[in-house]
Amino acid sequence: MEFTGSYLLPCSPETAWTALNDTEVLKSCLKGCEALERTAETEFTGKVAAKIGPVSARFSGTMRQTELDPPRSCRMQFEGQGGVAGFAKGGALVTLAARDGGTELTYVADTQIGGKLAQMGARLVEGTAKSMADDFFGKFAAAVAAMEPDASLAAEPSQDMSPPAGPSSGVSSWLMPAVIAIIVAAAAVVFLR
Amino acid sequence: MTAMTAPMGKFGQSVKRVEDSRLITGNGRYVDDLVLPGQTYAAFVRSAYAHARIGAIDISAAEAMPGVVKILTGQDLVDGGLFALPSGWNLNSVDGTPARVGVHHALAVDTVRFVGEPVALVIAETRGQARDAADSVFVEYEELPAVVDMAAALGPDAPQLHPDIPSNRAFTWDIGNAAEADAAFARATRRVSLELRNNRLVPNAMEPRAINAEWRAYDGSMTIYLTHQNPIGMRLFFMMLLGLESENHLRVVSPDVGGGFGSKAPCYAEELVVAFAARAVGRPVKWTAERTESFLTDAHGRDHVTTAELAMDDEGRFLGLKVHTLANLGGYISTSNALVVSYMYATMLCGQYAIPAVHAVVEGVYTNTCPVDAYRGAGRPEAAYVIERLAHLAAREIGVDQAEIRRRNFVKAFPHQTPLVYCYDSGDYEGCLDAALRLADYAGFEQRRAEAKARGKLRGIGLSAYVEACGIGPSKLLASLGGGGGMWESCEIRVQPGGSVEVLTGAHNHGQGHQTVYAQIISERFGIPMDRITVVQGDTDRIQAGTGTYGSRASVGLSAAVKSCEKIIEKGRHIVGYMLGIDPGEVDFAEGIYTSAATNQTVAFTEMAGAAHAASSFPTDKLEPGLVATTFFDPPNFTYPAGVHVCEVEIDPETGVTEVVAFNAADDFGNVANPLIVEGQVHGGLTQGIAQALWENAVYDPDTAQLMTASYMDYGMPRADSLPEFGLAFWPSPTPVNPLGMKGCGEAGAIGSPPAVINAVCDALGIAHVDMPAAPEKIWRLCQERQEAL
Repeated sequence: MEFTGSYLLPCSPETAWTALNDTEVLKSCLKGCEALERTAETEFTGKVAAKIGPVSARFSGTMRQTELDPPRSCRMQFEGQGGVAGFAKGGALVTLAARDGGTELTYVADTQIGGKLAQMGARLVEGTAKSMADDFFGKFAAAVAAMEPDASLAAEPSQDMSPPAGPSSGVSSWLMPAVIAIIVAAAAVVFLR
Repeated sequence: MTAMTAPMGKFGQSVKRVEDSRLITGNGRYVDDLVLPGQTYAAFVRSAYAHARIGAIDISAAEAMPGVVKILTGQDLVDGGLFALPSGWNLNSVDGTPARVGVHHALAVDTVRFVGEPVALVIAETRGQARDAADSVFVEYEELPAVVDMAAALGPDAPQLHPDIPSNRAFTWDIGNAAEADAAFARATRRVSLELRNNRLVPNAMEPRAINAEWRAYDGSMTIYLTHQNPIGMRLFFMMLLGLESENHLRVVSPDVGGGFGSKAPCYAEELVVAFAARAVGRPVKWTAERTESFLTDAHGRDHVTTAELAMDDEGRFLGLKVHTLANLGGYISTSNALVVSYMYATMLCGQYAIPAVHAVVEGVYTNTCPVDAYRGAGRPEAAYVIERLAHLAAREIGVDQAEIRRRNFVKAFPHQTPLVYCYDSGDYEGCLDAALRLADYAGFEQRRAEAKARGKLRGIGLSAYVEACGIGPSKLLASLGGGGGMWESCEIRVQPGGSVEVLTGAHNHGQGHQTVYAQIISERFGIPMDRITVVQGDTDRIQAGTGTYGSRASVGLSAAVKSCEKIIEKGRHIVGYMLGIDPGEVDFAEGIYTSAATNQTVAFTEMAGAAHAASSFPTDKLEPGLVATTFFDPPNFTYPAGVHVCEVEIDPETGVTEVVAFNAADDFGNVANPLIVEGQVHGGLTQGIAQALWENAVYDPDTAQLMTASYMDYGMPRADSLPEFGLAFWPSPTPVNPLGMKGCGEAGAIGSPPAVINAVCDALGIAHVDMPAAPEKIWRLCQERQEAL
């Protein structure tokens, strides 16, 4: 299952790079995030508690960065475990490019999903991932705007730059493909109950 | 007040089903409805991986959660002495070695082999608490490569599922005569060949699997309430696997069963674990599958990949047949699957045709998928699909009509010994074909095709002449082929002092209308109204013996019932003889009245029943009091229902949607006890068969072996508005193998219809073959290719 998307951030590539590697920023933007830690220079672990309706579940994930090229691009491998909800794992390439008025973040993530997450079907996964990601990026754009030293860039974030072509959720970050997959696993439990 | 006259049963009448008003007004009683004192609830922890080594299982968080009573893992079961699940059929490979049966622990111990395989069980005070705690059991998995495709599984680089089973091959079994088949092919001047896939299906019973198990420590006995097609058979399995003292220490009760289609015939891991758990916690434990669990773990159906070749002479007479099938077993061999893929499948490959030389090979292959077992037709649909697709190609090759190629090759004299063990009992294949063609207005088809073309639609017609094997038996034959025998059915009839009748049978209704048909037949024999007859099934404390319901075994059970009726009537003759002071030989019985021709005196059946229990009008040293008769009926042969299905489809080349616009079937079910019920069975069978051909398909991700079609969003179920009005006709050739001349009808619709539909699709598109399901995307592409070719 391939997720692709791009997003215009109201900041410079350097600020975006810094924010995307700042676990405190990511944690504050991610609903239900209980922990997000850097365990090594290029390794992160996280825990997300999701409570939707009567179901609560806790998801844990790990992510390892490779091929770092700050502030332009990064590859990563990630894996999320959602207990009975299933798992998600895969790789992603995230690139940052300076654009008029900010930074374009683009990602291509190839994800394998298992358990209930796979059984529920791609259409729900994508829809849920998109709504979760929209929520995340609303907050993230505000956060990077506050961090941006260049005031001309710290304007209101614009919406999705690229029209969705084929399967596409909207947004991402280094951690996002992994985090989205983990969150979707939580949502999956609800749909399948 | 005038009493309403209750209906009298009569064989051959369309009596409405007596069970329906109860079932459709919410008064059915299913396993999940039952709550026992001290009830606890179970939830399974299942593998999200298709193939993985199990590491540590952390139950500490779950154990501390509210309401949790106990958590069991695979190791707990092994330590507790629970046996692994057996294969219920002993199949030998060509080289004489027994099939290699992978060890199937009820809860996986060190390795999981398919997505959804149970790993742990949580027992809690409420269902919700059990689920919550199951979500908190953490299992460490070391993921292993998974394999879905059978050819890949047999290859050198495939992950091996079971230790000591190289190439994931459980068996290579054959039937027929390879040398004779080779000789026939050498003689032949024309051939057709085909590679086809028989798609994997999810059974989708309306009521999910469920069990409620209760252990009584004071006498070491257990009661299991289980939704199942064969409660008596499960008593034996559970008794042995749990290590209970005897059958008498286990009562199995199957109340109303909401559909099975074969999927409620196996001995399943989950049910066994729940029974074990009930003993472990000393309280009743209930588990009811959620729908996703049903998709993942109810034994799937079909899943064959077959190459087949038919040898002919210039006139299209079939000389020889060679078939090679890979049968997907899933991660383990389910209870009956070794039988289903061998003697329920390959034995039927000749279809309705007199093919002198046949050789068939079946390889059973393990893959990281849900185990496969019997599903409506169980092997016979797969066989009918092979031979009927070949017959369609043969007609193309020889350049004759679809009906004509079949006519030239039909078996014409009965009994007919096939080269594949079985001996067909009776039939009139050509008469049945003609009946079907008349029903379908076959002669007028080309006009309909032209009319459809004017509307931009591609119309095609497909035939299928199927034969199948029902009423499985006799015991000795089945035992010689690798089964345990025991293919009889029993029926006990108890006539009460007031003249009401209780019928106890080991068959078990799960939608077949047994309450109606048993009452109907016995009502006619005894001349008493149907409402005086109660049919008792599904409780091993009440029914001593039997083998359940599968493979249209009603003919076997009803034959036992009829023989018990005869015993009762005969005893009545002796009682009435004493009552009237005449020789029993002079007592006649008809329509519920015993009469003496000599004296013109009469005794009603109910009066005789009263006298039998009073035991005052006859010497009890010469005639025993009471009125009970028991019969065990072991059929001398299978019955072989057959028929011809004619399907017409219209394809919209713009969308690829295939619509079944007409479907007609003429069937030989032998004598038909209740046409209304039989038609209902055929409607259901046709619906499932058409659905296999057009919509249903269980899809595993080829790389990860995740089930992608695990909900009704992704699995194509048939709907009433997607089906035409079915045209049905009966063309009976009563079987000589049972006293009623009945053959069976439960599977026929699902056996004959898939090839009829695909033959029609191929006819519409002018192509040799398309694999099932003929879904719009696939058909649209074929239409595009066709357009380009024009």
